[in-house]
Amino acid sequence: MELVMAHESDLNLKATELRLGLPGSDECEKMFSSAKNNKRASPEMAEESSGSKGSSDVKSVEHETAPAPKAQIVGWPPVKSYRKNNLQQNKTEGDQSGMFVKVSMDGAPYLRKIDLKLYNGYSELLKALETMFKLTYREGYKGSEYAPAYEDKDGDLMLVGDVPWDMFMSSCKRLRIMKGAEARGLGGAFNPVFFFFFIYMVGALRCAFAENK
Amino acid sequence: MDPEPKKPEDSPSNSANSHTPVQPPSPFPDEVLEKVLSFIDSHKDRSSVSLVRKDWYNAERWTRSKLFIGNCYSVSPEIVARRFPRIKSITLKGKPRFSDFNMLPRDWGANVHSWLVMFAKVYPFLEELRLKRMTVTDESLELLAKSFSGFKSLSLSSCDGFTDIGLKAIASHCRNLTELDIQDSVTEDVGGGWLSCFPENFASLEVLNFASLNSEVSFDDLERLVSRCKSLRVLKVNESITLDQLQRLLVHAPQLLELGTGSFLQELTPRQYEDIESAFSNCKNLQILSGLWEANSLYLPVLYGACAGLTFLNLSDAPLQSGEFAKLLAHCPNLRRLWVVDTVEDKGLEAVGSSCPLLEELRVFPADPYDRHHRDGVTELGFLAVSRGCRNLHYVLYFCRRMTNAAVVTIVQNCPDFTHFRLCIMTPGQPDYLTNDPMDEAFAAVVKTCTKLKRLSVSGLLTDLTFEFIGKYAKNLETLSVAFAGNSDWGMQCVLEGCPKLRKLEIRDSPFGNAALLSGLKKYEMMRSLWMSDCNVTMKGCRLLAREMPRLNVEVIMDEESDESQADKVYVYRSVAGPRRDAPPFVLTL
Repeated sequence: MELVMAHESDLNLKATELRLGLPGSDECEKMFSSAKNNKRASPEMAEESSGSKGSSDVKSVEHETAPAPKAQIVGWPPVKSYRKNNLQQNKTEGDQSGMFVKVSMDGAPYLRKIDLKLYNGYSELLKALETMFKLTYREGYKGSEYAPAYEDKDGDLMLVGDVPWDMFMSSCKRLRIMKGAEARGLGGAFNPVFFFFFIYMVGALRCAFAENK
Repeated sequence: MDPEPKKPEDSPSNSANSHTPVQPPSPFPDEVLEKVLSFIDSHKDRSSVSLVRKDWYNAERWTRSKLFIGNCYSVSPEIVARRFPRIKSITLKGKPRFSDFNMLPRDWGANVHSWLVMFAKVYPFLEELRLKRMTVTDESLELLAKSFSGFKSLSLSSCDGFTDIGLKAIASHCRNLTELDIQDSVTEDVGGGWLSCFPENFASLEVLNFASLNSEVSFDDLERLVSRCKSLRVLKVNESITLDQLQRLLVHAPQLLELGTGSFLQELTPRQYEDIESAFSNCKNLQILSGLWEANSLYLPVLYGACAGLTFLNLSDAPLQSGEFAKLLAHCPNLRRLWVVDTVEDKGLEAVGSSCPLLEELRVFPADPYDRHHRDGVTELGFLAVSRGCRNLHYVLYFCRRMTNAAVVTIVQNCPDFTHFRLCIMTPGQPDYLTNDPMDEAFAAVVKTCTKLKRLSVSGLLTDLTFEFIGKYAKNLETLSVAFAGNSDWGMQCVLEGCPKLRKLEIRDSPFGNAALLSGLKKYEMMRSLWMSDCNVTMKGCRLLAREMPRLNVEVIMDEESDESQADKVYVYRSVAGPRRDAPPFVLTL
């Protein structure tokens, strides 16, 4: 089942004031671009690194829409993680080092680390997570739901997408992709996954209307 | 020759059966033999000595006091305890090197605890422990602190698993500690309270390095500690220590040979500036300098007075621009080793070529390894400039985004004495950027010209030809690292059939399969280890290898998502201890 997230509701719901993203963020186009287009290594990459396979995390740069943040190959270049985190940009350039958070997925032995600063909003982040953990990739997947959650500054487990992106960026300490029954429990009485799928559909319809005008 | 303790029954002098010819009595009494052997330090020499005859084996094992174990799983604590009764110093290395780059799952192993339990029983007089890439828990550090009353020297390099608690135990209980050296700690959030646990009268420290630990320590306690320890020769503080605090430390310890500063960014009053400048000028013995976080052109000059005798300048935490870097270099004419960040660019490397004629080692690290900011970094031109000015260069680690065959050919002609050549062209499979050819010619030149080459890391677009050349010419090669290279099994076969001194081979994302893996059957027992990840090796091939070579451990690290017939991560190493007893569920020993 495709990852459905709260952020989709920030599309075109300004009228109903259920915005969850930054003012003016236009997620419409990205929603319609295929989410599955960058799961396999593109042909060029496959030739260059002929020995690598899908599981080696080599990913292509998206072609259709504005370039997605370049995904990293695990362990490449071979720079020690200790050294990586200490290398800061020269202050005079006004750059800052990345905002790295760990991402765990229930059941996986490895954690990953991502730089939240690479993403402009929830949809980019979610797409990157889908790619990283191959959530929509598997065919024989048993239909169990996923819900990305995060641990905030107070140590509470929150569902990704509830707060504006900026607020999320500053309060997110780590990400956790929950699956199955636990995901369903998050959010209380109703199933947030279905709720947000509904919001997504509403958004999709509104977008379709907007385009057809 | 392998430095690790060999299987006792392999040693010709130790056969227990009656078929051995009776050995003639030794011309030397045992005491004389032992006295002579006690002068031999190198573990390689000792290993050779132990194979001569049975009494030499025994004399050697009784006189060995320093143990070096390059792969903690190649032997077991019990075997070591049985063979060597009197050990005072131990070096133990654990995880394969690719664990530094997050390629090994957490909890893979290399936990030192079972070793420490044995050491506590058998070597109560242990004085020194040097660990690399091992997991060290607080429990282990506590055991260490309480078990060895004469313990002096602890070195943890790229280790993880410990916190403030373990370090507190060391500080509190090791009364005779002379060295606490923590490098490249992978453990996050180790608190700073441990530093305050050294007793008030404790003054024996000679080496203190906590540069890679993030948390703040109590400066007052640090200052008192430094002023008490009159024999302190190495002090490397972490980023939490400010410039003016550093000045106070330097006033207490002008005798330092090695200094790692804290943060170099602070607004100083003119008086403070003068003070720190004068403190540095008083450090007449400084040979090694590192740290310098956030150093910039404003404050670098305070260092100049201490640079005349510098032989090793480590700027890998200080991304400098070419101008300020060149000015600093002008004060360091005696540099032998230099580590920099590629923000200095080719222009900075030109300054290296002109200011550092005695340079032997250069490492250039990328400021922006994931190319987020599209910087230039360094290119083939910078490397060329260094090779023209620094003819004694024998060690290079160079991260760049473009390279040409012609440049490398010229570089090794200028500097034919390379022993370590590690070139990392950061985009996988990238050809010569001028001709679009593979980089085969470059590495062919390296192995043909640099006959002393011991360590090689290749990168860029490479065909099997590169490996043919390596196999044919690299007679002294001991360590080879390969990534995103080669066309077919033939490449890896060439290396395994050539390279007589090969000890470590690590390969990732290259099209080598079972035929290549199996072509090294005879070789792996003479090597420390083989690592292959994301190549074309299957479980079937690994099982075959395991069946044919029972004295090798063939381990496959399972990835949750991978196809069950593919062996995505394979780690093969010789061992006299048999299969690991502590393997986690995702490590399959075949």
